Amino acid sequence: MPSTVEIKEHTSTYEPLRLGRCTIANRLIVGTGKYENYEIMRQALDRSGAQVVTVAVRRERLVDDDGRSMLDFIDTDRYTILPNTAGCFSARDAVRVARLGREILEQLDNPGRHWVKLEVLGDKKTLLPDPVGTLEACKELHDDGFDVLCYSSDDPIMAIRLRDAGATSVMPAGSPIGSGRGISNPAAILTILELLKDPAHGGAPDYPVIVDAGVGTPSDVTMAMELGADGVLLNTGIAHAKDPIRMAAAMNAACRAGYLGYRAGRIPKRMYASASSPWEGMISPIPGE
Amino acid sequence: MKLIINGEEGTFDEAPTIEQLLETKGLGQAPCAVEVNAELIPKRKHAQHRLREGDILEIVSLVGGG
Repeated sequence: MPSTVEIKEHTSTYEPLRLGRCTIANRLIVGTGKYENYEIMRQALDRSGAQVVTVAVRRERLVDDDGRSMLDFIDTDRYTILPNTAGCFSARDAVRVARLGREILEQLDNPGRHWVKLEVLGDKKTLLPDPVGTLEACKELHDDGFDVLCYSSDDPIMAIRLRDAGATSVMPAGSPIGSGRGISNPAAILTILELLKDPAHGGAPDYPVIVDAGVGTPSDVTMAMELGADGVLLNTGIAHAKDPIRMAAAMNAACRAGYLGYRAGRIPKRMYASASSPWEGMISPIPGE
Repeated sequence: MKLIINGEEGTFDEAPTIEQLLETKGLGQAPCAVEVNAELIPKRKHAQHRLREGDILEIVSLVGGG
């Protein structure tokens, strides 16, 4: 039986995705960093279709050069804010920053007050996660009542450890943060998906895995979704594009394309051709030629 | 008295509460979070929490990030 897919209404593309206490309608999560100015950011967020946007927690410097705050450009009734612990190099600092972020979101009465995007970094040049510190912070934040969305390397066993430590979602990097290298190791992402989602391997089909970081192009987003990821989180790929607003729209479409494509089920690859037009009924060759 | 606020030393005639300090900084209404000596002090306690000589404060807000 052929099935039809209604794509007219954008929000109907996706099944809702449950992430701890939040359920989100759009599978693309975008960052708010690195934009040339807040107005471009505002428009890019809008065109990305994202419902969840990440932010960082930093020492108070509330105003830009024109005396405006980033929060003036983020409709906190529309967006669920996901505060990160970016820049932390120890579990202790990450836990402090997570709690500071929660305190601010409680003041804003934003649904993001229950969660955090946990990053514990191991090295400034590569911004690769420190697995030991990440695991430690994940446990502590989970015990403190956070829904922990956990940035990780693409190591499948680390993904299992983080899930077992209480991570609401494991978010393997496609490639280093801001590198734009896309999905460096699709086999590793596939293995993570299999181990975390396949009941035969102790997984649960609805355990959310989000590809976070390194995504540079719409096709990278599509690839992550075609692998079976539940969502993609990206920032630089939009913010540093020549036209961030247009790129945001492209990433939005790419995420939907990959989502639908994965669920539609791709054809198996084969070595040689398979004609799309029938051999039967070909007209006869001209005699003598 | 002296306080270290976001890494910089500040001098005060009298020990302020956190609430008073935020007001003098123009942050009375701003969404921000405050740590004193690495301990988060929730907003509901800002009016009672009086700062002491040498306290180290971190006052943070939300900025763009990925």
